[in-house]
Amino acid sequence: MPLSATFTRLCLDLLGAANVVTEPERLRVYECDGLAAYRTPPDLVALPETAEQVLGLMRLCREHRVPVVPRGAGTGLAAGAMPVTGGIVVGLSKMSRILALDPLNRTATVQPGVRNLAISEAAKAHGLFYAPDPSSQIACSIGGNIAENAGGVHCLKYGLTVHNVLQVKLATIDGELLTLGGPGLDAPGYDLLALAIGSEGLLGIVVEATVRLLPLPPATRVLLAAFPSVEQAGAAVAAVISSGLLPAGLELMDNPAIRATDAFVHAGYPLDAAALLLCELDGLPEQVAADSERAVAVLAAAGASEIRVADDADQRKRFWAGRKAAFPAVGRIASDYYCMDGTIPRKHLAQVLRRISEMSAEFGLAVVNVFHAGDGNLHPLILYDSGSDGEFAKAEAFGGKILELCVAVGGTITGEHGVGSEKIPYMCVQFGAGELQQFLRLKQAFDPDGLLNPGKAVPTLHRCAELGRMHVHRGELPHPELERF
Amino acid sequence: MAADLSAELRERIGQAAASRTPLRIVGGNSKAFYSQPAADAETLAVAEHAGIVDYEPSELVVTVRAGTRLAELEAVLAEHGQMLGFEPPHFGATASVGGTLACAFSGPRRPFAGSARDFVLGCKIVNGLGEELNFGGQVIKNVAGFDVSRLMVGARGSLGLLLQCSLRVLPRPETEATVAFPIAEPAAAIEFMNRLAGRPWPLSALAYDGVSVRARLSGAATAVRAAAANIGGEFDLGGDSFWQDLREQRLPFFQQRGDLWRVATAPAATQPELAGAWLIDWGGAQRWLKTAESAESVHRACTASAARATLFRGDGSPTRTPLTPELAALQQRVRDAFDPLGVFATYPD
Repeated sequence: MPLSATFTRLCLDLLGAANVVTEPERLRVYECDGLAAYRTPPDLVALPETAEQVLGLMRLCREHRVPVVPRGAGTGLAAGAMPVTGGIVVGLSKMSRILALDPLNRTATVQPGVRNLAISEAAKAHGLFYAPDPSSQIACSIGGNIAENAGGVHCLKYGLTVHNVLQVKLATIDGELLTLGGPGLDAPGYDLLALAIGSEGLLGIVVEATVRLLPLPPATRVLLAAFPSVEQAGAAVAAVISSGLLPAGLELMDNPAIRATDAFVHAGYPLDAAALLLCELDGLPEQVAADSERAVAVLAAAGASEIRVADDADQRKRFWAGRKAAFPAVGRIASDYYCMDGTIPRKHLAQVLRRISEMSAEFGLAVVNVFHAGDGNLHPLILYDSGSDGEFAKAEAFGGKILELCVAVGGTITGEHGVGSEKIPYMCVQFGAGELQQFLRLKQAFDPDGLLNPGKAVPTLHRCAELGRMHVHRGELPHPELERF
Repeated sequence: MAADLSAELRERIGQAAASRTPLRIVGGNSKAFYSQPAADAETLAVAEHAGIVDYEPSELVVTVRAGTRLAELEAVLAEHGQMLGFEPPHFGATASVGGTLACAFSGPRRPFAGSARDFVLGCKIVNGLGEELNFGGQVIKNVAGFDVSRLMVGARGSLGLLLQCSLRVLPRPETEATVAFPIAEPAAAIEFMNRLAGRPWPLSALAYDGVSVRARLSGAATAVRAAAANIGGEFDLGGDSFWQDLREQRLPFFQQRGDLWRVATAPAATQPELAGAWLIDWGGAQRWLKTAESAESVHRACTASAARATLFRGDGSPTRTPLTPELAALQQRVRDAFDPLGVFATYPD
């Protein structure tokens, strides 16, 4: 149902004409997030400037039963900010002020639209930084990071968003302002802060956050190790971790990724390597020296054909250049690609990569693999051509098979991108009816009418049954308790 | 005895749900002081539901049944040069993993390595309807669905019975050393600790006992030596036992008369104005208070300083800084979402 004229007028009264978008051509900007293959035009976009305006919007939406889709910088990769028909998008980009920086307590209090990297840039003067660093950190907003529990290259050592946020002010669908967490390291009552982080806008809208800042490590060293086989590179990852090292980052690229990125940024990678491991160590210079000595020994014993060590900033930048440019580099060799985001226990790396390669032949679509090997987070990029009939559907089906494989080996369907609209069918692969029902009861405790980001992250059981056509296994229907017609 | 009692426990909870019988979950019973179950609750014993289900040192993950003794788990991890990063207090030889997580107890390493909830990757629970449910997983990065596993930490069994948990573990540091700095004034000690924590030293604990600030350094021997030389202070050769006694509340401070309050606050916050003796841990974020003051005065003073107080051990009933009405109402709805029939008899707050 389209939005009523009354509702639109109330939004204009609340926010002013400059903060409400209704013209079709301007609305198009908001029809998708970073996953452009999924699009729905919004009916109205609200751009509040204050927490009070967000609370007012929530009250309006609750009263008029209008669905609300929160949106940060729109860099999400799972269509979590895709609009819903008949609903509004609440864009938080105008709430982009750093409210306080407290070097002694090592915290920053920020509005949700502040960019991830801007926090570290502001903290740098005090020798501090904000650790979670998703690849999109130059553009993505902290509110979106909290909604998605964003990760990044340095998660293995420094944790995800959930480990680095102390307090969140959350606007509920009732228009109440909840303070979850606190200025210290914990707060009384249930850990609703942990629950809100990664809830993909289904429980409330973040209007303010207090994040932890850490001291900047004085020394950093990056090792680059080439391997003649993916199996050996996978085993090297396990060996590094088993040796007691906790690298700041441990990234792996397969041969197609090495070639694609080197052609793009000329990083000087060994082009004949089957796999390349980048291992970043940081801390006091003495710690880095001890760790890198151990890491070199472990990588050599694991069969590395070549090991290079980067000490100065330029060398480190060159080593990282290819990995960081992997996505645009792949964009040059294919008209389109579909980026997956499964996580697996590290011990299955080689087996999973082998199976992905077999499936690539079965589907007739090439795959480039770059991933966070340290935490088992895969990012297979499936290459396809959107101009060719049926290729995107084929890429989606292939992606789905990869996610099923991740779950089969004990992993999950998303490590850092979120479920959004994109992966909602695969929630029914990872979770059973009981868990999904529990999620839905929890959602209802926050949002009884289901107005917050409907159709995202947690499927209804009925939806699973519909989508289950893809997952009929040994003749057993998913959710046999539901009637089908 | 290590055994999988999941089926029996699930059945018992199902029966309790059908007959509306409140249950009091008991693991090793080492933390009974920290909960207040309903008087008519029946005991649900979990201690024998124990055993390490899966441990992969190269994955930095261990999966254990909730009744597993904490000491047993730590011994197995130590054999592989690993440890629980949150350095949990035991408060008794029978302490179990489930009880530790249900109470969300973390030790001195917490500000530098993370809390109990930060190390939980997944868990298997039985909710108040007798349903066995699996949340999270065994991998560090996982954002599928709501983070129910971490919600269970600190819920003290009021949302469901923890059957099994997967925990992230950390490599044990090669070397640890403690340096001490005599400081007379608490305010100066708090500022000193926070200035230290703002620099990239390899700190793993930071506390003030009213006489000295102690800093524990962890890492490669060369790095620990370099850091100690830089920050100064006297080496405390009894450092290891100090941190253990602090964690287990065996220091003389804890033997003093009066109620023991735990005050959670921003690490550099000024001390709430309350008469009594203070011991400051977590670089200032966890402060212990021994006092004869009333619960009302403690809560009033703490609220005024944006701190939150919990009566940790005392003669009266456990009390905590009250939640706002909105949060309290939401918390009750969350509780109802897991345990609509009120089977689990402990109170979260």
